[in-house]
Amino acid sequence: MSTVFGVPTQALFGQLLIGLINGSFYAMLSLGLSVIFGLLNIINFAHGAQYMMGAFAAYFLLQWSGLGYWWALLVAPIVVGLFGIVLERTMLKRLYHLDHLYGLLLTFGFALVIQGMFRHQFGSSGLPYAMPAQLAGGRNLGFMFLPNYRAWVIVFSLGLCLGTWYVIERTKLGSYLRAATENPSLVQAFGVNVPRMVTLTYGFGVALAGVAGVLAAPIYQVSPLMGADLIIVVFAVVVIGGMGSIMGSIVTGFALGVVEGLTKVFYPEASNTVIFVIMAVVLLVSPTGLFGREK
Amino acid sequence: MMRKTLIALAAVLAFAADPAQAQISDGVVKIGVMNDQSGLYADLAGPGSVVAARMAVEDFGAAAKGMKVEVIAADHQNKADVGSAIARQWYDVDKVDLMVDVPNSGVALAVSQITRDKAKAFIVSSAATSDLTGKACSPNTIHWTYDTWALANGTGNAIVKTGGDSWFFITADYAFGHALERDTEAVVVKNGGKVLGKVRHPLSTQDFSSFLLQAQASKAKVIGLANAGADTTNAIKQGAEFGIVKGGQNFAGLLVFLTDVHALGLEKAQGLLFTETFYWDMNDKTRAFAKRFAERNRGIHPTMIHAGAYAGVLHYLKAVEALKSDDGTKVIAKMKEMPTDDPLFGKGTIRADGRKVHPAYLIEVKKPAESKYAWDYYKIRATIPAEQAFRPIDQGDCPLVKK
Repeated sequence: MSTVFGVPTQALFGQLLIGLINGSFYAMLSLGLSVIFGLLNIINFAHGAQYMMGAFAAYFLLQWSGLGYWWALLVAPIVVGLFGIVLERTMLKRLYHLDHLYGLLLTFGFALVIQGMFRHQFGSSGLPYAMPAQLAGGRNLGFMFLPNYRAWVIVFSLGLCLGTWYVIERTKLGSYLRAATENPSLVQAFGVNVPRMVTLTYGFGVALAGVAGVLAAPIYQVSPLMGADLIIVVFAVVVIGGMGSIMGSIVTGFALGVVEGLTKVFYPEASNTVIFVIMAVVLLVSPTGLFGREK
Repeated sequence: MMRKTLIALAAVLAFAADPAQAQISDGVVKIGVMNDQSGLYADLAGPGSVVAARMAVEDFGAAAKGMKVEVIAADHQNKADVGSAIARQWYDVDKVDLMVDVPNSGVALAVSQITRDKAKAFIVSSAATSDLTGKACSPNTIHWTYDTWALANGTGNAIVKTGGDSWFFITADYAFGHALERDTEAVVVKNGGKVLGKVRHPLSTQDFSSFLLQAQASKAKVIGLANAGADTTNAIKQGAEFGIVKGGQNFAGLLVFLTDVHALGLEKAQGLLFTETFYWDMNDKTRAFAKRFAERNRGIHPTMIHAGAYAGVLHYLKAVEALKSDDGTKVIAKMKEMPTDDPLFGKGTIRADGRKVHPAYLIEVKKPAESKYAWDYYKIRATIPAEQAFRPIDQGDCPLVKK
């Protein structure tokens, strides 16, 4: 059997695919952060908590109203997105004229409060959420056993990421959004309701986190800490990709998932730190990130 | 100012009220429960251990005996530096006499050393490493509930003897995981099995798929999970997804707690074999304890760690009462001298190396159909008698043991 650095190539393919799956979560979450930062200039530290709320929303829908996974995939992001809209309307909008730091502090505090409340109520071990029957099982690809659900995660998140990119970069609605970032008062003078657009954008970014939470629920335990563990990595991804760059966050999300997957084969002990090492190197070489532009 | 005066007055009164208290430092026996209050080990120990310690103080009847006992708590966040800082502050500034629980072997080893330096007392309930009564043993530390040797011995023996003779380890990369892996490997090899490979993952890992693939590729019959809490449940849950059990491999959860089984659900956890030293549904006394405990702990039933915290504190208070002193080194010596007797572990002893000795149980998780009521999760497959459950005292290299 052929090997690469002592690891069989077959195993390596498996790990690459696994990396891609984890990368899809990074991509979805960092995309939401990028959209919010790009258009609102808010560093949304509550993103991890909102991802966790997505997973819990799916759990509640199943427990309380018997709505299964597919309904959750539709309803949970809307619920979490609405929650985000309320947050934006009542609190965040008061901070736009202040420094970035205030938004960061508010969302960070908000995340701590939400996580604390969920932990108090549900404990930290997490709750089980079953996989939808249609996606249970898996297929043998020859080099690895690929669970159907993981394949679904890759396909779904790729579609979602590319769709979002298309809307923002290639449609008229997207051009309004981008214009409003550059010069809100001028866009408003053309008769576009900029504050409403900003609110909806935040709601959409938060809903993206909610979707990722629903997708994660059958894989991980639905736990109050699931977002806190992930959010730091996702921020590193955003920094590497370049704050506010849509395509940058998608590409880096997937790429870093793969890098992390490979680290788990060659030197598993470093798998938690490798992304931060890359972040440090990227910041030294190119402070605006791989895909970012100077403003 | 007013408050300080009141405290001083209370202290004076406490001294004056009972001359027997003269030996109790500052008039109060202060018990500090330190553990992971908010992270991945919070349910299996966490606030529940504080509840258990308080229940022990109440059941001991400290107030009726005129003894002032206070229980405080802190969160060490699984960081040895945070844990050490709290331990120093508690001993030096807050006049804590006894520290209890302290999950995470890395933190517990650090606290054990500090306790020894300050001549205080330390009862370990959650931390697992058998080094605490081995080469790192201390005259100020008692290891109550279980240890990695007991887990490895109970589970490893049972599995190898029923044909699980090739192993792959998925190990948490810190003192506890290493000790558990080392002790289990020794049992596997001693019984004629072999270890085909191992991989170490960082504490609190979300995604185990990469490690599971490596385990799958090794073709080992048994995948030993030398980790705990949310790490174990995530690995088992994702293992089901990757068809590990369907493919003919089996998991050995080397350290599984009641709360982990609850979090996994019986559907995923059924058939899992592991070793524990306490189960709430064993007899009327344990059931009564569980009922009172659950009422005060959000319905969560007691794990063996909670039971250990309760029984340890109870025995400590008995020793303090007998000695009429809360001097750490003397109380620990007294605890070793007195036989133990409590409603949860029954009668037992504490050895010279600090090891509390009691029976261990080989547990099998019930099938969903077999579970009749809430938290009805375990079948006890075998009882390992106290004298076989723990590492023989002469094999631990503890310097306190005279050869």
